[in-house]
Amino acid sequence: MDEKNAIVQVKNLYKIFGPNPERAFSLIEQGKGKAEVFEETGLTIGVKDASFEVYEGEVFVVMGLSGSGKSTLVRMLNRLIEPTSGHVFLEGKDIAEMPMEELIQIRRDKMCMVFQSFALMPHMTVLQNAAFGLEVSGKSVKEREERGMKALEQVGLGANAHNYPKELSGGMQQRVGLARGLAVDPTIMLMDEAFSALDPLIRTEMQDELLKLQEQTQRTVIFISHDLDEAMRIGDRIAMMEGGRIVQVGTPEEILKNPADEYVKAFFRGVDPTNVLYAGDIASDKFVTIVDHKGEGLRTALEKINRAERDYGYVLDRRHRFKGIVSIDSLKQVIDSGTEDAKLSKAFLDKVQTVKSSAHLQDALPFISDVPWPVPVVDEDNVYKGAISKNIFLTTLHRKAE
Amino acid sequence: MPDILNFDKFFLPVDTWISALVDWLVGNFRPQFQMIKWPVDITLTGIDSFLNWLPPIIILIFIVLFAWKFSGKAVAIFSLISFLLIGYMGLWSETMTTLAMVFSAVIFCIVVGIPLGIIASRSDGFAASIRPVLDTMQTTPAFVYLVPVVMLFSIGTVAGVIATIVFSMPPIIRLTNLGIRQVHPELIEAALAFGCTPKQVLLKVQVPLAMPTIMAGLNQTIMLSLSMVVIAALIGAGGLGVPVFQGLNSLQVGLAGIGGISIVLMAMVLDRITQSLGELGKR
Repeated sequence: MDEKNAIVQVKNLYKIFGPNPERAFSLIEQGKGKAEVFEETGLTIGVKDASFEVYEGEVFVVMGLSGSGKSTLVRMLNRLIEPTSGHVFLEGKDIAEMPMEELIQIRRDKMCMVFQSFALMPHMTVLQNAAFGLEVSGKSVKEREERGMKALEQVGLGANAHNYPKELSGGMQQRVGLARGLAVDPTIMLMDEAFSALDPLIRTEMQDELLKLQEQTQRTVIFISHDLDEAMRIGDRIAMMEGGRIVQVGTPEEILKNPADEYVKAFFRGVDPTNVLYAGDIASDKFVTIVDHKGEGLRTALEKINRAERDYGYVLDRRHRFKGIVSIDSLKQVIDSGTEDAKLSKAFLDKVQTVKSSAHLQDALPFISDVPWPVPVVDEDNVYKGAISKNIFLTTLHRKAE
Repeated sequence: MPDILNFDKFFLPVDTWISALVDWLVGNFRPQFQMIKWPVDITLTGIDSFLNWLPPIIILIFIVLFAWKFSGKAVAIFSLISFLLIGYMGLWSETMTTLAMVFSAVIFCIVVGIPLGIIASRSDGFAASIRPVLDTMQTTPAFVYLVPVVMLFSIGTVAGVIATIVFSMPPIIRLTNLGIRQVHPELIEAALAFGCTPKQVLLKVQVPLAMPTIMAGLNQTIMLSLSMVVIAALIGAGGLGVPVFQGLNSLQVGLAGIGGISIVLMAMVLDRITQSLGELGKR
């Protein structure tokens, strides 16, 4: 299947709260904002003209401050909140317009939801909670206990099956919430601020848990969050919401590099870019490269580096695979020792380490700060992609922190 | 002084209207009201003759075991002593009749009251419109509606039970409504998100979670019905009310006293047991 297969398509989705919501549309057409519409009609715009696609198997994060409409948006996807107008296509079928029986079937088989407040049934055991979706759709006791148990084991709670939810800690309760979703084997998981009620340590743990589960089974996850670090961590793509509008959709990197407006920019101000950027993103190819072949000698290498007014040169083979670093000093040393025809490799510096272009900047930082030369960045096949100097690194930090 | 406040000149003959309404109901609908008696009669007679037929030892064992299982040892011992005392005071048979009246009244309160409470919880309009009715049922002095009850249902234990049902139904309706409304909206949202039909939401989530509150309503209903079955002796109902009124009429304080003590003991036993049923629902 095509990797970018849009499983959910949302088109021109609106939610307007209040009686006779049509009144708001003409004002919206006139370009009036949320506050003005409320002043004139008393209607509240929950979601305004949302259109986006979610691809199969990705974690799609809807991100915004409270009141930005993200919870309303996700509830329109399974119609816990009725859209005022617009379409939600799931595998080509319009959820917004289907009759209730069909919708209930979709909620049972294709979608599940994980809630901020966990929303576990206090009168049911952990196992009964995990199997709740299966009970509702009328599966046999045997089947639902088996599948419920399997889901609990997936989240590491097999031993707590016969406890009641209130006997568990918050993190464990949300694992039950996660298991309840996994047990029905849904096509799409809706997660509404699923980890926001947990303390930071447990939250990170749960994010890792989710990523681990994603590695095993690529599910489509639509994740609502107000926490940018969380969005960056787990999101393949992020939709930024403000005042009911979706202002930008893109990968974390795209949004970080080109924020659509001041709101998005403001959001990212506090973000530590080393979490989001990869070594490959900031590697510069402006450094001197020397392809090691027969015509290339110590002197020509020295000449090249001098002419570029640099101190170091990066030696590659013909396929541009990284071999080593030479410096003006190391080249001069070899030349002065009289072995003029010596190979370039004689002048290689010691202790040279490379950084993979897919490494987080955070992980690359120690290499960059430890050595005087710009650290070479290579891809999986050891092909040279550029290098990162301390200067480049600091500039990146500085620019994003502005 | 404005003429409009002259209460002697302007007078609403509400008393005449009520008399006319009751007369009209009695004149035109007595057969229909007599039909209502029929299920109550069957239930009451059945339970009454069963309880009076069972040897006291069986009833004692049952009460003690029941109290033990749901409320623990202390309540079990207390129940045993209470019912033994009632027996030794010579009021066993009256107590069984009162118990039968309470049970039948409560059964009808449950059968009618819980569904009404559920409807009230789902419709604000319905809840608002039954509220004054419930207030009236609960606060009208019992003696006031005993007269129309006699006119419509004639005298006797069955009429007494009907008066009891009317008086003791409001708490179970109110608390069923309240209990269901108090179920956290997130839980209902979760149930819907996993594909519950409205009926499944009600039966799998709302009613089980409202159970402790509904049981508290049941407890109140039982207590109210106990207080009413005694008053019902005024219109010829049997049971523990009889010695109480005989005692009052003939100034036999002792007779009225043992009747009163028996009622209080029975009330305490029933209260403790139903309260722990409610606690049980809370987990």
